[in-house]
Amino acid sequence: MNVEDAYREHWTRLLASLAAEFGLDTAEEALGEAYARACEHWPEQPPGNPAGWLRTVARRAALDRLRRAGVAARKLPLLAEGEPQAGPVGIADDRLRLMFTCCHPALALPVRIGLTLRYVTGLPTRTVARLFLVGEATMAQRLTRARRKITEAGIGYRVPEGPQLPERLAGVLHVVYLVFTEGYRPGGDTALATEGVRLARLVRELMPGEPETAALLALVMLQHARRDARRDARRAGGGEVLLPDQDRTRWHTGEIEEALGLLERAGMGRYALEARIAAAHATAARAHDTDWDLIAALYARLEEITGSAMVRLNRAVAVAEASGPAAGLGLLEGLELPGQAMLPAVRAELTARLGELAAADVLYAAALELSGEEHQRAWLLTRRALNAARRSAGGS
Amino acid sequence: MTPRIGKGREAVKYLLMIYAADQTWAEADEATREQAYAAHEAFGRMLAERGAMIGGEELAPAASATTVRATPGGFVLTDGPYAETAEQLGGYYLVEAAGLDEALDYAKALPAHIVEVRPIAG
Repeated sequence: MNVEDAYREHWTRLLASLAAEFGLDTAEEALGEAYARACEHWPEQPPGNPAGWLRTVARRAALDRLRRAGVAARKLPLLAEGEPQAGPVGIADDRLRLMFTCCHPALALPVRIGLTLRYVTGLPTRTVARLFLVGEATMAQRLTRARRKITEAGIGYRVPEGPQLPERLAGVLHVVYLVFTEGYRPGGDTALATEGVRLARLVRELMPGEPETAALLALVMLQHARRDARRDARRAGGGEVLLPDQDRTRWHTGEIEEALGLLERAGMGRYALEARIAAAHATAARAHDTDWDLIAALYARLEEITGSAMVRLNRAVAVAEASGPAAGLGLLEGLELPGQAMLPAVRAELTARLGELAAADVLYAAALELSGEEHQRAWLLTRRALNAARRSAGGS
Repeated sequence: MTPRIGKGREAVKYLLMIYAADQTWAEADEATREQAYAAHEAFGRMLAERGAMIGGEELAPAASATTVRATPGGFVLTDGPYAETAEQLGGYYLVEAAGLDEALDYAKALPAHIVEVRPIAG
């Protein structure tokens, strides 16, 4: 095995297990040292057990560092020769611990995302930097600062217990979902969305007893399954193809099947409801086969849990599809989403469907006023032009 | 089991700094004040029972502060706190905790709205 393969296959696991023992800061530096030594020695003397070799060398390097830093010998971990390899269970626990550390709420949200991408998924610093649109040196500095805070503030490497667990798990899932949505959004980086799915799968494997881990994996898989149908380079404004216009034969049906299976054990939490909505779309053979009554009911439950105005807006769209535009508009009465173009845009669509074309034109203008995203502007301009054409063709 | 040497395992000292608007306290009636003192006493007892209490004091209002700056031209005194913010440091507890999570639990249990949790360097 060459060093590059050993990096891809073992780095994240080794880092997690070393971090549990020595702390993230020392672990990363020691592991870097071990890989540097591997580059020197392996071409001449390839090891029989690459992971074991790296682990032993990294642990020695970590102990050296701690001794040099003046940590009392009595407090150092034991270093026994021929020390037994941690079994898969131990490694899984270490990775889970590291995940909770990286997603600790005492760290700023972008920092949590950066740490998770670097240390849990093992993306190189330069890749994380590119995804954050900063230089590699800047990102390296941010990660160093974050590691220092973890050490100095005493953020532990442990999976929270009891009443803390649900809240902290929600925090971890939130980070994973943000990684995915940042890659999934129009103009986002597909590689990041793929990392989001990988992370969701990892959390699912590490915490199989938690229904929301199944729900989140199902949710991101259902959305990701549409990736090939969502982009069309020939279209204006980022090439975004909206759901009703997508070529459903280009959806990845195998992934949809797997996600539907996950939903059987996913409960009825926040992510489960969102996944069930995505599933309702994914299982409709054609756009007009969509079960909008079901989707409207799921959004109503989601609104109860989250109290979110954005969820109310989505619910209104579903209700409009199920029961007509007037019912949808009724749900939007009194709703406020300051600065968001989506609200006047949806009002414009539903008002136009009612045949009130002049009123719709005013709403399209209001939406365009607020819209900054290129693909959204392009879509709004098209819809407004269509509305104008209807008006001159003899509408109101 | 290998002993862990991550800092989270050993006891770390944390300063819990309580921030509040001085005015709110100045304008509080007698009953409110008594209630607040009772809450702090209970909090202090809880810390002491757990062996986590190192110390803590209430500070006089920020308006009574004097800030001293060493400049090349000599010491410059300013009447008032270092930073003029709506909320000012009003008191502190020095506690010992196994790690940040425990220190954050203490901060949440504190009868105060804003608490900054700072590890003591070491």
